[in-house]
This record gives sequence, structure tokens and C-alpha cells, in this order.
Amino acid sequence: MSIDLPGFADPVLGAQSCFRAVLDAMARPGSRHAAGAGLTPPAPLDPATAAVLLTLVDVETPLWFDPGCAAAQDWIAFHCGAATVPDIGAAAFVLALELPDLAHLNAGSDDGPEESATLILQVRGFGAGTALHLAGPGLRAPATLAVDGLPAGFAAAWADNHALFPRGVDLILCAGTTIAALPRSVRIAEG
Amino acid sequence: MNALSGYNFAYLDEQTKRMIRRAILKAVAIPGHQVPFGSREMPLPYGWGTGGIQVTAAVLGPSDVLKVIDQGADDTTNAVSIRRFFGRTAGVRTTTATAEATLIQTRHRIPETALREDQIIVYQVPQPEPLSKLEPSRAETRRMHGLAEYGLMHVKLYEDITRFGHVSISYDYPVLVNSRYLMAPSPIPAFDNPKMHMMPALQLFGAGREKRIYAVPPYTAVKSLDFDDHPFRTTRAPHACGLCGATDSYLDEVVTDDRGGRLFVCSDTDHCETRRAAGHVGAEAPTADELAAE
Amino acid sequence: MAYVAVKGGERAIDNAHAWLAEDRRGDPAVAEIGTDQIAEQLGRAVDRVMAEGSLYDRELAALAIKQAQGDLIEAAFLLRAYRTTLPRFAYSRPVDTAAMQIRRRISAVFKDLPGGQVLGPTYDYTHRLLDFALAAGGQPPPAPEAPADDMRMPRVSDILGHEGLIERDGAPDGEPGDLTREPLAFPAGRDLRLQALARGDEGFLLALGYSTQRGWGGTHPFVGEIRLGEVSVEIEPPELGFAIDIGDMTLTECQMVNQFAGSKTVPPQFTRGYGLAFGHAERKAMAMALVDRAMRAEELGEDVKAPAQNIEFVLYHSDNIEATGFVEHLKLPHYVDFQSELETVRRMRADAMRMQEAAE
Repeated sequence: MSIDLPGFADPVLGAQSCFRAVLDAMARPGSRHAAGAGLTPPAPLDPATAAVLLTLVDVETPLWFDPGCAAAQDWIAFHCGAATVPDIGAAAFVLALELPDLAHLNAGSDDGPEESATLILQVRGFGAGTALHLAGPGLRAPATLAVDGLPAGFAAAWADNHALFPRGVDLILCAGTTIAALPRSVRIAEG
Repeated sequence: MNALSGYNFAYLDEQTKRMIRRAILKAVAIPGHQVPFGSREMPLPYGWGTGGIQVTAAVLGPSDVLKVIDQGADDTTNAVSIRRFFGRTAGVRTTTATAEATLIQTRHRIPETALREDQIIVYQVPQPEPLSKLEPSRAETRRMHGLAEYGLMHVKLYEDITRFGHVSISYDYPVLVNSRYLMAPSPIPAFDNPKMHMMPALQLFGAGREKRIYAVPPYTAVKSLDFDDHPFRTTRAPHACGLCGATDSYLDEVVTDDRGGRLFVCSDTDHCETRRAAGHVGAEAPTADELAAE
Repeated sequence: MAYVAVKGGERAIDNAHAWLAEDRRGDPAVAEIGTDQIAEQLGRAVDRVMAEGSLYDRELAALAIKQAQGDLIEAAFLLRAYRTTLPRFAYSRPVDTAAMQIRRRISAVFKDLPGGQVLGPTYDYTHRLLDFALAAGGQPPPAPEAPADDMRMPRVSDILGHEGLIERDGAPDGEPGDLTREPLAFPAGRDLRLQALARGDEGFLLALGYSTQRGWGGTHPFVGEIRLGEVSVEIEPPELGFAIDIGDMTLTECQMVNQFAGSKTVPPQFTRGYGLAFGHAERKAMAMALVDRAMRAEELGEDVKAPAQNIEFVLYHSDNIEATGFVEHLKLPHYVDFQSELETVRRMRADAMRMQEAAE
């Protein structure tokens, strides 16, 4: 039973330090931060993914999750108290192992762009794979983030998402004990 | 300092912190947009920094070093009160030195010392809606932000210029963030506005009573509204600081007698002390004898 | 003249608090007041603090009143700040005011009605003459008691409802909102409006309700019924599957009945304004019912012209904890802003004088 596996050893400080990692990641798109070290979540969750879930998701945030994460469902339900929803468009948080169609996620409204979904995407790793060239708020100069595990055509899908600004989906990438984030405000070119 | 018993670290319960943290992340992703949040009643009154306190409480960790200023000074009573609150509820280290702080909560000023990438500044915001004086309905202003319909503000500024020759707003001067959202910078003097532009530090804004959080990520364009033929310009009292001699800092005007006597001193007390410690002396600085007599 | 920046904010605050504690205690030769005395003998103050503090707890409200030296808004603030961090174990089922253990029940629209008119403990017909005997203290004679009966007291709105003369209670539309968790957004449903009014400042609601009587959004109100008494509070723990009674609370309910000429889709009938408050709080419940009805103007196709009909205006200004904080924050130093205004005004004056000189 995945439910037997613990959450943060110290829930208060564990969540605080992970939040600071996510905040810094979101404020500086593409920057990589440590998260989830010491966590032993059930497969297929990586420690970073689990830490982000424990930090942000709770009973107030409808969660959609990838069928591939079913083995971790009990653990997520127990530690986050999350209400899962079958409709990906109704979710505040989407947990995925493969990039879903961003257009199916809630992008918020013109008046309430903050009502949009946050996608928590677990990838294979950073430093190899697709090189994303980033520019926008948070970046003094254009930056590059290499992500292993994004499908071909990600930049095009992202361009559609970015074009909705101020509406749009925000993305938290997790692999192992590392996270990075791509807020909707960032422009991405591949190559 | 021992944390206050019976309350969670940094006072707020974890459910509340998660709610605030989610709002902060959305605020960072949509620079300058006011995110509604379930602001709680705090043990300090609305209007006295409850928004800033909630943001700080959601961000603060045990390794942070906290600085709290009001009007640029660490020793103003409300700054003292808020610093104590976090000393009691979180047991964090506090400082008055801008350079030592990792987290700075402020009311009405941005420190003179340039902030760095490893710092976060949290502004206390009494009125987050930059259009509030022009359109009292929040249902209406929310719609205007949605459409980026800011003509009302441009008309106000233009009318100022035709009447007075320049814009009459001297603090809480409206800015456009990331070329999209009109934002209230909080009641900082317009003198401080340029510091917000492309600031290396993350800027977070909390309005407790009005229940809004907003943010400016690091290195983000923040433009004070103006016209090509009437560019934005800042003003400060045309004096040097009486204590440290600074000619580029924002000055407080202190009344020294009832015959028109005035003394101008840095509003940023840490900036002034740091300069004096480095040997800068203003024309009105106390002598060694006077200090000894204190 | 030399100037040394003022230091010592910490000491000043400590000293102020010490003085405050001394001031609160007053003359030590006078016996200290107990919170039990406040709870028993200043019951209406306790009721108001519980209502505006949004927490039903007589002992804590009495403590807050003592701590605030009888400043009721300050006391309500203390309760709010306490309640906001409390964990929520359960949500109660809707209380049933039809099953209230009545202490007072009056109707202005019927001379008599099932269950009768029950005056209860009211100030209504007291002559407002200072009672110097009360200053001397002493035990009042016991009040006469009627034998208990099980006569039902149907709500007047139910009586009128049988004839279809009054609109029905709106069917609950999903879970009611909670503005202590979700910030207000517009349009605000009646659930949120009533919650805001129930927490709202009695004086503010009184003035707004009064304004509707004077023509600022008139609604032809009649007091259908006011009832005061105890209702039981029930929760239904999911593991039990049935409701359990966790205690009683005192409530005041006011059903205000208002004439309505009808619209294209609705025949002429009476409409309602609703008021409900913790404790014995008749003025609050009545004012709330007037303002509730006024805020329904748009829904009922009436012109929205008066402040009491403007939902955003009422909801954003009814909370006295928010209002007192922001009004009183003007005490905080604003000298940086004032300095920037000074420089601006000096500059504008110089510009104006230069222009004047140039013109002369």
C-alpha cells in the first residue's frame, strides 16, 4: 500500500522550503532548484514531484492525474487530501507523466486569469534532451533549459499557450530531486 | 527567541499558507495582475500590514533573515510591532541591515541600497486597485484590467498636465508592468518607482483588507505612466542629508523648532547609518560630545 | 542644532502596553470585573461581539470585552483574529428556526396567530427612565412563569405561504459560499450577502436600513415576525451517517414582509427580507432584513438607485473590522508620502507664481 509511505518528515518546514524552490523557479523561468530530497514517495512519483504535490495541492484544489500515476493515488489522497476530478478541464492542478494537450486545461478567463490550471509534469531529467530558449519576465538575459522528456512540438504548443496571455497554463517540471518552472509569461524557442 | 506556543510556525495554519502560496505563484506568472485570495483576519488591524504579513508568513522560513521597515525606517512603531510578531511566531533572525536581509517587508519605501537576486521584498498595500480613485466599483475595474482598458488613467494624467503643467500624483504613482497590467506600486514616493524597473529581487505585494496579492518577477519592465512630451520625473527635497551628506537619497523633512527650522535627513535609516559608519558626515551631524551626552 | 534620529520604538511600545494594562484595570480599590459577570450581566454586548466577531462562544466574547475595556468593535476584532486560525472539524446542518425553543415571538402583521404573541424579555415597553434603584443593586423579584406547553409556533412566512401570498424560500443552490475563505466576487449571491450582513456592523446596517425607510430605496416593510430563542445545532459525521446534536445556540430571526407589485413573470405577492443574528439582537436582525430586501432590487426588477440597493457598496463597507482598521491606519506614519506631497505642492506653487509674474 502506497499509503504507508511517509510525506515530509517535517510538514511545516518541508512545505516551506519546497515552496521557496517553486517560487524561485516560477520567478526565474528555467532555473533549476532542489526539491524533495529525502522523500520516499510511491512509484512512479519522483521525490521532486511528490514534494510539489505535498506543498501545493489540498482539499481545496481539484486534481486530475495521469492514469500512469494510479499506484500513487492512495498516497496522494492521504497526504494531500486532494479531491480528484475526471475532467482535466476542471482541475486546478494536473499531474502528468506525459505532456497533455495544453488546450484542454483550464486557461482562466480575461477577468480571472489566475483561475487557470497548473501543470505538474514529471520528466526524465534536465541538462539533456530538448533545449528550450527562454525569454520574458524573470530573465535578465535569454536563458536555456534542456529537458529530457518533452515531446516534439512542445515549443509550438507552448506558443499557443503563451499567446493566450494573461490567460494560460503554468508548468512545473519535476525530475528526480530537481524542479524548474515555465510560467505562461515566458516565450520559448526550440533549437 | 522562543516561538509563540499554541500557534503554528509563522502564525498561519498550513491550509492558509498553501492557499496564499498558490495565489503568490499565480501572481508571479501574471506580472502585475491582482490575484484575489482568502485573506484571513490577522492579530493586527486591517490597514496595518495584514496583507504583507500574510505574504511574509507564507514565504518565510527558518533560514531567512527578516528586515521590516515603515517609511524607510526600522524603528518606526509599526515596523517594530511587525518585526516582533515574526520574532515571536517564527523565531527568525531579524536585521536592520538591508544587505543582510533575505526578506524585506516594507511600507511606503524601497531601500536605497540596490536589492539583489537572493532577496525578496514584500510590500504592504492599502489599496491594490490603481483605478480606485477613478472608478469605485471593483466589478468594473476587474473588467477594465481584463480588457487592458486604461484610458481612464491616461485621461486623468492628461488633465493634470493641462491644469498644472505636470502630473500631480506624488506617491502611489501608477505603473505599467510587463507592458500589460496597470499596477499600484503601493504608496511609495514616485522617487522610488524607477527602482522597481528590472529589479533583480522578486517583488511581492499583499493587500489584506482588499484581499489581493500581486507580484513583479525579477528583471521585469515596470514603467511609470507618462507622455512623450511630459516624461515621468522624480522629485526629492533639494537638500543633502543633514546627517550623512547624501545628495541622492529620499529625504524626510524634520521640524526642529516653531520658527521655520527644518532639517533634512535620509528616510532610509539603514542607508544613512551605513554611510555615517563609512565616514560620511552631514552638515548637521551630532558631534562626538553630543553623542556621548545621549 | 544637532539632531539624533529617534530610537526606542520597542521600549515605547512596551511602556504603552504596560500603561494600557493599568488603565484597563482602573482603580485597584474597585473590585475587578469577572468574565462571568460580563457574560451574565452584559449579555447584549456579548451577543453583539459574538455576531460581529463571527464566533458563538459566550466565555470568549466576555473575555474579549474585558480585554477591550468594553470597546465592542475591538472585542469583535479579538474574536475574529482568534477564530481565523481554528481548525474546522465539521459543518453543521442548517438550523431549524421553526423548531426554536421560543422566548420571544411577535408579529406586526397579525393581531393573533397560532402560538400567540410572546413579548419575552424586551425593552420595548420600558419607560426609558434611569433606574436609580439598579445603581444600588439588589435581586429583582422572580418573574411570573407560565406552565410549559408544546404549542407549535409556525413561522408567519409559512402561514402566508399557504395562500401563495408570499414568495417561497429560495431553494438552496448547492453549497453556500463562505466569504471568510473565498474573497468576495461579483455578482455576489444571496448566501454571501446574508453572510456579510450577519457579520456586518450593527450601526452601519441600522443606518442603511433606516435610509430605505426614508425613501432611499423604499421597500414598504412590515415585520412579519421576530423570534428569539434557542435552536439546536447538529452535525452529521460521515462515519455515523446520522445527525447528532452538539448543543444549543440563541438566535434572533426577523422575517420582513414587503409589498411587491409583481413583474411580467411573477404575480403580485409579498417578498421577503431576512435577518438572522447570534444572541438577542433584534435591532441587528431587523436592519439586516431591510438591507437584504433592498439588495434584492435588481433581482426583482426594481430600479437600483439608493446606497442600500448597491450590493457592492453594502458588502464592501459593512465589515467593521475592515473599516476600523483602515480608518485607524491613518494614525500610522505617512511622512514619506506627505513629504512627496509637500515637494509637489511647493513645485506647483512655484510654477503658478512664475506664470503669474510672467503675466504681469
